[in-house]
Amino acid sequence: MASSIRVRATSNGDITEVQTLIQHPMDTGLVKDAKGELIPAHYIQELKFACNGKDVFVANWGTAISKDPYVKFSFKGAKKGDDLTISWTDNKGASDQTTAKIA
Amino acid sequence: MTVHTGPHPTRRLILQGAVSVALIGLGNLPFVPAHAAANDKYPEEAFKLKNEADAIKALYGRTAEPSDKVKLDAPEIAENGGVVPMSVTTTLDKVSSISFFVAENPNALAASYKFPDGTIPAVANRLKMAKTSNVTAIVEADGKLYSATKEVKVTVGGCGG
Repeated sequence: MASSIRVRATSNGDITEVQTLIQHPMDTGLVKDAKGELIPAHYIQELKFACNGKDVFVANWGTAISKDPYVKFSFKGAKKGDDLTISWTDNKGASDQTTAKIA
Repeated sequence: MTVHTGPHPTRRLILQGAVSVALIGLGNLPFVPAHAAANDKYPEEAFKLKNEADAIKALYGRTAEPSDKVKLDAPEIAENGGVVPMSVTTTLDKVSSISFFVAENPNALAASYKFPDGTIPAVANRLKMAKTSNVTAIVEADGKLYSATKEVKVTVGGCGG
């Protein structure tokens, strides 16, 4: 299966800018489906970015993050070609992980 | 033969007494909130709280002061409450976390981001908004809390699907 995580990490030499798009329903647990039954909450709780063995960015999310979440941040201390590892865990215990090369 | 359906009345009274004493004892314990921003654990409790002030307290354990060094960039009017792009930037030093609160959402805390050393204190994301509401960004810098608030008008709520 293709990864749920899409990343673009670009370095300008000093600063690495990371843009991430994740495929996830991010159900709040408050919305009803077509049959009028509540869709149970299903959302990503934790999203981590690690580079060179160190966490560079950690997101804790609630249900108010939009479906198919997007997040952008930048960090220092990495260079082109370094690996950036992205992993998430949701409230049902599911998780996914991917590694991207910094371009 | 007599059937005893329950404990002796006096014993029951004593047990009830013991239970209420225990409950009162619990009530007197000082409330120790888990300061999630300070450690690595997911702040489950803070995300469950409805009220913005309660959620800030549960997450950070103190209140924030408004600061013009925190810049919250969010639209004046959001046509679709399901996807409201917003971002925070700050000129403050030693930033360790940035959090987003939407006052009128069912649960005020939307997201909390941690910034280790070397990460630029800025983040962009997309939030759901149930209705028109104040959005507050809180920046934790050098152990202090700074905030910026902006009202975002929502024409279609984020909870209708």
